[in-house]
Amino acid sequence: MTFSLALVVGAIALAGCSGLPGLFCPRPGRWGQKAATWLVVLAAVAGIGGAAVALAGETTATWHGIALDALSAWFLVPVFLLGALGSVYGESYWPQASHPVNGRRLRLFWGWLMAGMGLLLIARHGVVFLVGWETMALTAFFVIATEDEQATVRSSAWAYLVATHLGTLSLFSLFALLRKATGSFALRPLTVDEAGIGLLTAMFLLALVGFGLKAGIMPLHFWLPGAHANAPSHVSAFLSGVLIKMGVYGLVRILGLLPAPPVAWGVLLLAAGVASALGGVLFAIAQHDLKRLLAYHSVENIGIIVMGLGLAVLGRATGHPDWVLLGLAGCLLHVWNHSLFKGLLFLAAGAVVHATGTREIDALGGLGRRMPWTAAFFATGAVAICGLPPLNGFVSELLIYLGLLRTATVPATPVWPLAALSAPALAMVGALAVACFVKVFGAVFLGLGRTPVTEQAHEAAPDMRGAMAVLAAFCLLIGLAPGWIAPLLSQACACASPGTQTGTALASLAPFAWLSAANGALLILLGIGVAVSLRLLRRHPVRRPGTWDCGYAQPTARIQYTASSFAQFLSSIFGWLFRAHVDRPRVTGAFPAASRFASHVPDLVLDRCLLPMARTVERWLGTFRRLQQGLAQSYLLYILVAVLAMLVCTMPLGEIIKRWFCR
Amino acid sequence: MTSLLDSMLVMVLVLNLFALGSSRLRAVIQVVALQGALLGVMPLVVHQHISPAAAGVSLATVLLKAIVIPTMLMRALREAQIKREVEPLIGLLPSMILGAAATGFAMVFASGLPLADEHTAALLVPASLATVLVGFILLITRTKAISQVIGYLVLENGIFLFGMLLVEAMPLVVEMGVLLDLFVGVFVICIIVNHINRAFASLDTRRLAELKE
Repeated sequence: MTFSLALVVGAIALAGCSGLPGLFCPRPGRWGQKAATWLVVLAAVAGIGGAAVALAGETTATWHGIALDALSAWFLVPVFLLGALGSVYGESYWPQASHPVNGRRLRLFWGWLMAGMGLLLIARHGVVFLVGWETMALTAFFVIATEDEQATVRSSAWAYLVATHLGTLSLFSLFALLRKATGSFALRPLTVDEAGIGLLTAMFLLALVGFGLKAGIMPLHFWLPGAHANAPSHVSAFLSGVLIKMGVYGLVRILGLLPAPPVAWGVLLLAAGVASALGGVLFAIAQHDLKRLLAYHSVENIGIIVMGLGLAVLGRATGHPDWVLLGLAGCLLHVWNHSLFKGLLFLAAGAVVHATGTREIDALGGLGRRMPWTAAFFATGAVAICGLPPLNGFVSELLIYLGLLRTATVPATPVWPLAALSAPALAMVGALAVACFVKVFGAVFLGLGRTPVTEQAHEAAPDMRGAMAVLAAFCLLIGLAPGWIAPLLSQACACASPGTQTGTALASLAPFAWLSAANGALLILLGIGVAVSLRLLRRHPVRRPGTWDCGYAQPTARIQYTASSFAQFLSSIFGWLFRAHVDRPRVTGAFPAASRFASHVPDLVLDRCLLPMARTVERWLGTFRRLQQGLAQSYLLYILVAVLAMLVCTMPLGEIIKRWFCR
Repeated sequence: MTSLLDSMLVMVLVLNLFALGSSRLRAVIQVVALQGALLGVMPLVVHQHISPAAAGVSLATVLLKAIVIPTMLMRALREAQIKREVEPLIGLLPSMILGAAATGFAMVFASGLPLADEHTAALLVPASLATVLVGFILLITRTKAISQVIGYLVLENGIFLFGMLLVEAMPLVVEMGVLLDLFVGVFVICIIVNHINRAFASLDTRRLAELKE
């Protein structure tokens, strides 16, 4: 066991134990929480240290089914970073004093969740992997269900549990097939003659379903919005930033083991990615719940990540190492970026929820003046998630764009139209994301407060702001200096797809230096622009008239543009997809009575397909309930009928009849 | 020897029908005790030579099935102060006819079975199947807890009869184990009978359906 692996294992153990001291501390005291936070931070320092060694290029030998390489390390970094920042943030967001009952439980499972993820990332043996996977899956259920006294939280947690068990079921099948092919549970690359294309495709599809359920690829995302919206915000940040990435890790890892992928796999991944990205961002636009909206953006970003992965698989199938490298680099970098900016956005949203007590976008407004720091951090995250320069989202999306556009230059392959058409799809996703975040930022932070809850809003506590600042700084850093990340990224890409060129190739494919220069210049221009406008603002103070102040005698803040009205244009274009429940009042007469308008967009998969289907099946199975009366006699009758039926089946009827009819 | 065995088996079958047709619990318990005694003697008839072990099993069976268990049931009956099964789920005559049909079915079925030669002669297999089926019918159609115990005993008698086929092969321990199981089962049920009586002021097992969620 090398030093780096020992560091990571120690970090996992520390994280796993972090919640334990709190169990022995008195409930109202804050020492349990302090101890947990410090242990998690210590674990993060050790874990990121170990991961850094591996990212520098050291690959350890397998030791009792665990090992560390650059790919594992790449995913370990967000686990520990967001784990620690979430803990620090939780000090003020979920203090033990105000959550005496579920605070200790939350921190215990938080540590275990980190440990489970760490274990599955370093696992090189199917059983070890599944132990880590299930630890993660089950503890995630408990952290989602933190506020289990609320019915919506419980139902979201159950939906998650069903989804994760479905995923685990297909992972069990996957590892069984892997063992059938290789003869052991060790995760090692297969050779071409070990498994036929049928078996390999079965393994690929099982991996896609099992890991896709966790990652939240579009038709399999049904648990994700509810779970993210109803968990405490730092948990949402951790789930969205890290947990769903474990699905991506699983896919990348398993695809790295399967030899010679056919073109169809890449096409399927690319199509799933496009569907997920477009569907995610469209449904995000239709949401009224701040955290639910962010959750749909996770679906969108997972789609972008899967598009990168699909491109890489296409490259492997058609023999284009440059596609592989650009696709994988975009995929992996976007994993980091998404955990940074989505973590940031969820933490900022959490600060809003903490300050106002509501997640309803149309109940907020004008928070920018009361919470300037939170507004600035949210804006940073929003710019990054939209893939706009000069922040990090632009860099990873640029890599995927470059890769997708390269496919158009090689028209000989049968799939180039699809791959090339994905680039405009990605551009559309970016545009829709901008629309969505303009809507959110405008409705939540600008204008006037729509309800009284906005009036007592307060700025986030210093440790909450600190956690957000770290994430925002990383977003800016990756945007400004992608060249620094490139060597680490190349190492991870090399691990993810053995057999393709590394190192210098990535730098020659993507113009990192130009990118840095352009982003830096943009940032300077932006700074000048802000400075100038601030100066102008100071010279010409802003007059604040009422909304629609043109003759109406009694204006209120409620007649501002709402988020729904802002999104109405897009919602009406995609109305066929959303099928919103609209509760439209009928206004009649000269003096109509007071009435309400409400609209709600149900989830396409969960609310429109799965739940109706489940209800039908339940009704159908309900007829069998008549058989269970609680009466011993009727149960015995069933046994008798079964025994008689079996006896009659074994009876040699032909023989008996022959004997009776013989003459 | 076969004719003696066959006549004993016919006796067992007749007792089955009696158990189905009588509503007086006391009489039914006595019938089952008699059936148990017949069954206890039967290994000695089947065995050509009498070993001490076989004699021991025989003795234990008679003791348990003909004396101990009926006594316990009688006591439970006395304590619960009931005399007859008043409301079987189907009438006494229909259940008797069902029992006869089951006996006929057992005969037909056994005639089609590929049995070893030494077993085809005696009525052992059809009688055991018929007794099991009658036990089932008793269990299904009766509602009083005591009648359920009786049905269970008849069912067990049928299985015991089937075990007679293997009397050469079955070790002593298995026989004793089965007897012990039976004893413990009936013992526990007799205690439960008391509790049901106290909780529901009746021995009707249908009241137990209230316990389901």
